[in-house]
Amino acid sequence: MFRYIVRRLLQGVLTFFGATFVVYCLMFAGGGDPIQALAGEKPVTAQQRAALTEQFHLDDNFFARYLYFLKDFFTGNLKSYTGRDVFENVGSALQLTGKIALIAIIFTIVVGVTLGIVAALRRGGIFDTSSLILTLVVIGIPSIVLAPLAQYLFGIQWKIFPVNYTFEKPFVSLILPGLVLGTLSLATAMRLTRASFFDNLRADYVRTATSKGLTRFRVVGVHVLRNSLIPIITFLGVELGNLMGGAIITEGVFNIPGIGGQLYKAIGLDDGPTVITFVSLLVVIYIVANLVVDLLYAVLDPRIRYE
Amino acid sequence: MNEHLLEVDNLFIEFHTRDGVSKVINGVSYHLNAGETLAVLGESGSGKSVTAQAIMGILDMPPGKITRGRILYRGRDLLTMSKEERRKVRGEEIAMVFQDALSSLNPVFTVGNQISETLRKRKGMSKADAMKRAVELMDQVKIPGAKERVKDYPHQFSGGMRQRVMIAMSLAMDPKVLIADEPTTALDVTVQAQIMDLLAELRRDLNMAMILITHDLGVVADVADRIAVMYAGRIVEHADVHALYKNPAHPYTKGLLESIPRLDAKGTELATIKGLPPNLLRPPTGCAFHPRCKYAQDICVTTTPPLLDLGGGRTSACHFAKELLDGRI
Repeated sequence: MFRYIVRRLLQGVLTFFGATFVVYCLMFAGGGDPIQALAGEKPVTAQQRAALTEQFHLDDNFFARYLYFLKDFFTGNLKSYTGRDVFENVGSALQLTGKIALIAIIFTIVVGVTLGIVAALRRGGIFDTSSLILTLVVIGIPSIVLAPLAQYLFGIQWKIFPVNYTFEKPFVSLILPGLVLGTLSLATAMRLTRASFFDNLRADYVRTATSKGLTRFRVVGVHVLRNSLIPIITFLGVELGNLMGGAIITEGVFNIPGIGGQLYKAIGLDDGPTVITFVSLLVVIYIVANLVVDLLYAVLDPRIRYE
Repeated sequence: MNEHLLEVDNLFIEFHTRDGVSKVINGVSYHLNAGETLAVLGESGSGKSVTAQAIMGILDMPPGKITRGRILYRGRDLLTMSKEERRKVRGEEIAMVFQDALSSLNPVFTVGNQISETLRKRKGMSKADAMKRAVELMDQVKIPGAKERVKDYPHQFSGGMRQRVMIAMSLAMDPKVLIADEPTTALDVTVQAQIMDLLAELRRDLNMAMILITHDLGVVADVADRIAVMYAGRIVEHADVHALYKNPAHPYTKGLLESIPRLDAKGTELATIKGLPPNLLRPPTGCAFHPRCKYAQDICVTTTPPLLDLGGGRTSACHFAKELLDGRI
């Protein structure tokens, strides 16, 4: 087990360097003029240009610049082209996106998994059929439609939630975007729960548990649930990684300076250091989330052993 | 009429499928007295397991439907009991051992947890006491190193050991009736014998009654007191085990006995029963066995034979049962 974790972490290190290098290449290949992007429409003097070029090693060759980047990244001295400390942005963005992701995932678990269980227990009934159609519709709606719609209905029409993210109400104003994000994974979670639960309800061991004279509640709530949770938790773990990656559209619509929103802005500014830093962090989050899910898998299912 | 411990009385079960109604059980009656072993014999689809599931109350309904009949346990009809009463009969009065122990045990709980579950949840035993009892039960079914293995998971056991776990689990509540549904089918031949010996021994020691469901005539000879042979959802012959082996009173039983490989018949071709079991969506007219029967006459095609009482607790559903017994055909 320990050796497995070490091996996975070493693989993670390789993945990390590979991914940052690829992203670095892409930023490099994109060309563009970060100094002009910084100034917008205004002209840049030759002096300013020379200073910035010097500061950010823009004239050095590709590999030298990559090494400079790595050095700054690991010493925490990485500056964006605007001169701001990159990691300062990252911290607050991570916090915001983390909160939204948490709201979304809790919403998914509470509503999606519960509805999935009910649908599986009453398979073929009105609830099952209508919820299947509804989830199909939800899966079909892109967030570019869902987010403004929710904003319009809950924020403007019914005034239940703040329309946009505000510093004054840091939690309440994150609820609606969290729910919008959660709705998207909720539909998948519900279908997965339903399928997993239904398969397990028909399993031989359920018949055994029933023939032991256990109550229906215990048979379903302990025997079936424990087995059905294995794929669901796997899905939720990966989904949490996805949600931490930030939702560019949802964060954009609600004007949230989370990971998605900041990344989008940095790409627009040709801000290489910021983009690469954000992407690198996402890589780390993915690697850790995947490792945790795999380890959790072994905890949930004793048939799985890592060595 | 003296009361039997368990009695299945004129049971009819249908399955409603997409292709129509399949009449799976057509008037099955059998009984079980305290402390005896009844073997229910038949090939796949003959309805032997479905009857057992109906007794346990674990038949999938729908698609299954019990249309007629009674199942009496100590004189009370299980089919008219409340759900809660019925649940209490399961495990405590009538317990069941299933065919494939690997899929029948829950993969994510330790065997000790599963054996002791009913003790904790139904008898209110403490966790420690229930675990101790689980170890005793595992000892009783002769699982070596029970104390160390009680915390293992089902997949860590061999097939034979897993079936022993299954048996230990069924014994936890001291049931009066044990239904063993093809307990040895998924096992090696040598292990089969061990499991059968174990079941026979446990039945004797614990003074349980047992219904042994099997398709293997060789398995039942040493264990059973009586045999009920099923075909196409009916009992076609019912007899004392020795009488049946010595002189079958139904062509189907005769065919089954003849198809057992024998050491003293080396070099001769093994006899088989030709054809396949009938499709119960469209059962044959008259006697369901007539398309495969080498003695079939016109009457067999037109008239369903009643279950003839041949005396001495022996019955046969064949128009020519007496002739067969007397060796006239």
